[in-house]
Amino acid sequence: MYLQEKHTGRGTPPPPGSGSSFADGGDEPVSPLSNTTSTLRSDSSRGDQIYRWVLRGISWSIIALFVGLVFLLVKMSWEAWSQYGFGFVFLNQWNPPLEEFGAAPFLVGTLITSLLAVLLAAPIGIGTALFLKEIAPTRIAAVLAFLVELLAAIPSVVYGLWGIFVLAPLMREDVQPFLANWFGPETLFAYGLGHLLTGFAYPIVLIGSQFGWSEVSLSILSENMQRFSHALMDGPPMGLGLLTASLVLSIMIIPTITALSREVLATVPDSIREAALGLGATRWEMMKLALLKTGRAGLVGAVLLGVGRAMGETMAVTMVIGNRNEIPTSFMNPAQTMASVLANEYGEASGLHLSSLAAVGLTLLMVSLIVNLLARGIIRYLEKQA
Amino acid sequence: MRGEFALPARDWRRRWHNRAATTVLSILAVMAIAPLFFIFVYLFIRGAAGLSWSFFTELPQPVGETGGGVANAITGSAILLALASAGGIPLGIAAGMKLAERDRGLTSRLLRTVVDLMTSVPSIIVGLFAYAFLVVPLGGYSAWAGGVALAVIMLPIVARATEEILNLVPDHVREAGLALGLPRWKVTLMIILPGVRAGLTTGVLLAGARVTGETAPLLFTAFSNQFGFRGLDQPIASLPVQIFTLASNPDEISRQMAWTAALSLVFLVFIVNVITRLLLRRK
Repeated sequence: MYLQEKHTGRGTPPPPGSGSSFADGGDEPVSPLSNTTSTLRSDSSRGDQIYRWVLRGISWSIIALFVGLVFLLVKMSWEAWSQYGFGFVFLNQWNPPLEEFGAAPFLVGTLITSLLAVLLAAPIGIGTALFLKEIAPTRIAAVLAFLVELLAAIPSVVYGLWGIFVLAPLMREDVQPFLANWFGPETLFAYGLGHLLTGFAYPIVLIGSQFGWSEVSLSILSENMQRFSHALMDGPPMGLGLLTASLVLSIMIIPTITALSREVLATVPDSIREAALGLGATRWEMMKLALLKTGRAGLVGAVLLGVGRAMGETMAVTMVIGNRNEIPTSFMNPAQTMASVLANEYGEASGLHLSSLAAVGLTLLMVSLIVNLLARGIIRYLEKQA
Repeated sequence: MRGEFALPARDWRRRWHNRAATTVLSILAVMAIAPLFFIFVYLFIRGAAGLSWSFFTELPQPVGETGGGVANAITGSAILLALASAGGIPLGIAAGMKLAERDRGLTSRLLRTVVDLMTSVPSIIVGLFAYAFLVVPLGGYSAWAGGVALAVIMLPIVARATEEILNLVPDHVREAGLALGLPRWKVTLMIILPGVRAGLTTGVLLAGARVTGETAPLLFTAFSNQFGFRGLDQPIASLPVQIFTLASNPDEISRQMAWTAALSLVFLVFIVNVITRLLLRRK
């Protein structure tokens, strides 16, 4: 493949034994005999030269396009960065009329919805991949795999439409009252969780106080933890909010996780499966030993790519999250993600508001690039090992 | 049950675990597919109720009035798709060809990284880019800006698909062409590319289907209008944005139209997916 790097000098003959370098791109190998047909050769190599330069030019213009994209975002958001500094990302304020801006409410919204979505979608996606590979008969597996792919092809605005008019009423009438009943304020669950959290946090606070943290008494700590756990499912059941958005997101990323997990499972050599079965493992034990354990890194990558997709998802979330620019304290609360605030406010913004929105966009871009690179890195590392 | 090779009777625990796992995995698979049916059935029931010829041929009526259609959005989507294809397909194929050469020069390595990164850029961010790049300088929303945004989304998808397909072409095809004394560019453009036409078409169609359903990058680039096509430098409607607007209206007529428009959009996308599937199978 990379032999051509060695003989880029025009007219030097290729090293002997590199016959297949014909197929490898790069400069055309010229045989010593070709001097006799110099007109023909110069014609063809001129054509090739043009071809190569055209490809190279297009490649660089695509690279420039991406650099331009990042540059324009930086330029648009410059005002916000110079006003607030990098602390903008963690500033908990968003009040356009008062010209107060900060990305924290949206960062929190994005993180909570993506994490909740992936908690739901990861077991379903990986489980489906296992089912398709090991349990379903080949024919049924092919049909089911196609159906999952179709699910990925549905445009996100259609998910949003379904979310508003079908899922949200269902959440409002049935699911959220149920959740409030069992996990809401003043329930056994909330008290229990509050005590549990206090139990976890108190030793940490005690140790911290040895190292100069301000001391917190047990009663105050307990009070805060109780407030937190009682708030988790508090609020009127509105149908729209964090929970509904996470649910829609999880439906949307299940196909992504399933498809990638299937690819990962396919890289596990059959010999490992057969070894496990040969040792007398049941099918489930084989899946645990051979597939899940061997493919662990790749599955983590698949799930991370799902997270990346969830964070950038805009329309469906915008339509069902309820659009409130504050850090939510309850899963019932309406909230806002980085993507949804852009969709909602960008068209009508100007000045510092516009610039702050661009800064939110740049933050979103950076976070999704990091998550995606991480995921791809893990998968590529695994492929190299396989 | 399959997957238990003559387990001795005392191994009831392992047998039970195996059965439980099989059941749980099957349930998980059903849970993955179930939303597809819920969404599709609902879409069909709600959407089909509003289907009529005028839905596809008429312009939208003011909010609250009956009748009217989404003709503006359908032509708009077609125009945006044409613009996006005009930019995204040739550039994407060229990038794919460069990547498929698999050389390790600076250009190729950078291009590979950039194509990787571009696939992970959220589509709304591409909208922000097109806004800064075209809407601000041109002084208003335009079909151009929407087309550029969609082209940027399309490009890496086409590039990836092209690279994958070109990598499947066996080396001896290329060598045979070169052995005939053809220059490399002729071999690529006249032998290899025509040979993978079906695969390329598949990749391009899927990218087109994906882009047709995009809403977020159009919100503040192409925006929307109610009058149909008025020139490429004017705001232009599109099916996904129209669905979003209709769904945000409070009246029942708009909602009905939103469902019908969504049904049409999903139908279109599914058709493309099924066709490409058949194309691939024939190979």
